[in-house]
Amino acid sequence: MFFSKILNNDTGGRIFLSILLIVTILIPFLNIVVSPESPWHLSTYTVTIIGKYLTYALLAIAVDLVWGYLGILSLGHGAFFALGGYTMGMYLMRQIGDRGVYGNPILPDFMVFLDWSELPWFWYGFDQFWFAMIMIIFVPGLLAFVFGWLAFRSRVTGVYLSIMTQALVYALMLAFFRNELGFGGNNGLTDFKDILGFSLQLDSTRIGLFIASSVALAAGYLASRALTNSRLGRVAVAIRDSESRVRFIGYRVENVQLFIFIFSAIMAGIAGALYVPQVGIINPGEFSPINSIEMVIWVAIGGRYTLYGGVIGALLVNYSKTFLTSAMPEVWLFVLGGMFILVTIFLPKGIVGLMNKYRGANG
Amino acid sequence: MINKTNFFSYVLLLTIGFVFSSQSLATNGDFQNTINQLTTKNLKTKFKVVEDIIDTDNPKVEFVLQSLLEGKVYYIKNNKKVVLAIKEKREYLVKELLSDNSLGKFSKHQIKKVGINNRIRQKIKAGLSMLNLKHEDEKVRLQAVKNTYKDINASIFKKIEKLIQVEDNDKVRDAMLVLMNIYRLNDADPYVRIKAINDLNGNLEPIVKNKLMRLKDNDKNLEVRIEAEKVLNNINSEISFFKNLEKVFFGISFGSVLILAAIGLAITFGVMGVINMAHGELIMLGAYTTYVVQLLMPNNIEMSIFAAIPAAFVVSGFVGIIIQTGIIRHLHGRPLETLLATFGVSLVLRQIVRTIFSPLNRSVETPDWMSGAIEINGVLSLTWNRLYIIVFCLIVFAALITILKKTSLGLQVRAVSQDRNMARAMGVRSNWVDAMTFGLGSGIAGIAGVALSQLTNVGPNLGQSYIIDSFMVVVFGGVGNLWGTLIGGFGLGVINKFMEPWVGAVLAKVLILIFIILFIQKRPRGLFPQKGRSAGD
Repeated sequence: MFFSKILNNDTGGRIFLSILLIVTILIPFLNIVVSPESPWHLSTYTVTIIGKYLTYALLAIAVDLVWGYLGILSLGHGAFFALGGYTMGMYLMRQIGDRGVYGNPILPDFMVFLDWSELPWFWYGFDQFWFAMIMIIFVPGLLAFVFGWLAFRSRVTGVYLSIMTQALVYALMLAFFRNELGFGGNNGLTDFKDILGFSLQLDSTRIGLFIASSVALAAGYLASRALTNSRLGRVAVAIRDSESRVRFIGYRVENVQLFIFIFSAIMAGIAGALYVPQVGIINPGEFSPINSIEMVIWVAIGGRYTLYGGVIGALLVNYSKTFLTSAMPEVWLFVLGGMFILVTIFLPKGIVGLMNKYRGANG
Repeated sequence: MINKTNFFSYVLLLTIGFVFSSQSLATNGDFQNTINQLTTKNLKTKFKVVEDIIDTDNPKVEFVLQSLLEGKVYYIKNNKKVVLAIKEKREYLVKELLSDNSLGKFSKHQIKKVGINNRIRQKIKAGLSMLNLKHEDEKVRLQAVKNTYKDINASIFKKIEKLIQVEDNDKVRDAMLVLMNIYRLNDADPYVRIKAINDLNGNLEPIVKNKLMRLKDNDKNLEVRIEAEKVLNNINSEISFFKNLEKVFFGISFGSVLILAAIGLAITFGVMGVINMAHGELIMLGAYTTYVVQLLMPNNIEMSIFAAIPAAFVVSGFVGIIIQTGIIRHLHGRPLETLLATFGVSLVLRQIVRTIFSPLNRSVETPDWMSGAIEINGVLSLTWNRLYIIVFCLIVFAALITILKKTSLGLQVRAVSQDRNMARAMGVRSNWVDAMTFGLGSGIAGIAGVALSQLTNVGPNLGQSYIIDSFMVVVFGGVGNLWGTLIGGFGLGVINKFMEPWVGAVLAKVLILIFIILFIQKRPRGLFPQKGRSAGD
């Protein structure tokens, strides 16, 4: 079977996908079938939060792909995530139509507010869902291609590349804060009404988005696993371990790096596109460098070079973030900073590494 | 009330008298008579009287005008004598205006205040600055001349014509010539106008430019118009030259800030190959140290900065050594993990500062000797704080170069940065060198914080924005080369300031980033690549 071929020797992946399958079935069940009075009932709010976490998990897999398998520490994956989100946001904005505050059938509210008379050219076509879907893949992919092509061709690696990616996301954040750019400036895109004709306020739409996120996560995991199992994936690991040697053997290192970088960027973009309709807003804050670096810590905590480790890290960190920022907001940065320090020093292989070590000691 | 005809003949007499005898000292008696005219209720005549007072040559004129402005001038109701009155409890202590003679105490009903309106107030202020034309301090004189550029008239012109004969300061005399030429631009004779236009060539005062523009468009005489346009073009090209010079100056001062922020990073990155993401927070700690030092010595703000510099060096250097020995040493050979761990440190430091000092910005006071500016001409003025930053940056740079080239620590640092294993084999304690290098680099970050605290507000996020900029400078200049950092910093600073008005601050940043990405395509090791064995990997 197709799956078993991919998941051959991947016990962790099988466990992860099984749990994901159970969760995907159980959560809508707990939300819809179980009556609201029962303690087992899950509110739609919780379902949406879990859906949001699942998009983060997909993003974590994308980060792990370039960091764990290619050895590139990208501090700018938030850029691809946010671009995917903005692309989806543009579709959702066009769907509002004349239901906005100003009632303009073509122009989104913020453009009316800025006294713009016509739609900028880059907003054309976003009233079509299929076009938006293509752009969700195309826009982050294009940015990854241009940046990666320039960077890998001149053999920028290591900390240089990391800082460059951070500078990239920082520059994009500054740019998106500008009203002139045509993406809503400071406030970003919000007030979405519906997606594909389904109101975003409806519970059923939210459940649908949750299931879509879950499916995307599973598909992303399988695609990434297939990639890492392939010859290309093994070359990537070889590049991570000794770039010069692989180059001397005769591989075009930059092409491998570029391919995986773009693949990962597209995955991050899809995650962003699923994230936006669930949280209902996308603004330039998503580009802030600290967001991008947080994604890296998810992977570091879960465990690099495992793919599912990133998922564990993303869920764990974000759950504690949701919990702590409401319970003790001033403690959160201490905890996050402490995680960065402790995990890198004491848990270089993350939680998955710790579990493997424990299992190895027993078995 | 004064009889009207009587009054006008009096004013007429007085004016004639002034024209003929303005040089001779008005006696106190005459002056008191003039002043007594202030009792009039007609504001127009009062205005004339004030003009007369201004034109009177008497040492007490300034005092009278000043008192009038402050509302201390009254007149006694029964004899219409104008006096100085100071309120004392319920009564008024009344003195003569022109001498210190007390006239005793008066009640509120016996005297009446000499009221003035805005037009008169303006006139008095202009008059006071006219008086400054004879002030003994040449700086005050110069300022007084410049203040009259805008409202020059015939009587001021005559005054200046006389004053210029006795003026002994070149600068003041030049300014007076300019002033006279500005007046002559309105002369009836076109040749006088043309001569004045030519004499004003090269002057950068905005008023001169405005007047010339008016002449160019409106003058009746064609020759005057042509001449005005010629001179105006000349002035405009000179203005744009000085504007560019100002941008270079701004760029160099901004570059100095970048260098101060980047140079510590350059050392640690050059020697250990790791990026300290908490570098920006070490800068922030330096800025907060300045703030605390000022709190500790509130009476010595002027000098506190000299205490703050070593204090910031010690605080940031100490924290840096803790980071190095506590974290970075354990991550040896794993630069990406080092980057993450130090980022964690930066988060913790930021939150600590937020907890101790609150998330609000703190403002650090700038000492007086750092504020103000040197005015080179009407267009170009260099602010002292920017100049000091440039000088400070160069001093720090020179000190650092000396440490690295002349001390044994410097020798060992250079050895480790070129080939760590070989240096160890030769007996260099690389751990100790790492800690010292890190301390040095962090200490300089603290000093950069002192400098930054003089330019911006001090807040927990102060350092955040500098880490990317600093890294750009290091990459641009070439890792492990301090001269590269210096030139890279100045270069990026100047490029930035030239692009800012052209494309806006944000786009300038984005374009510089793109420029650097393209730049390292051509020169992956920066402007001045490091030579040595470790440079190859």
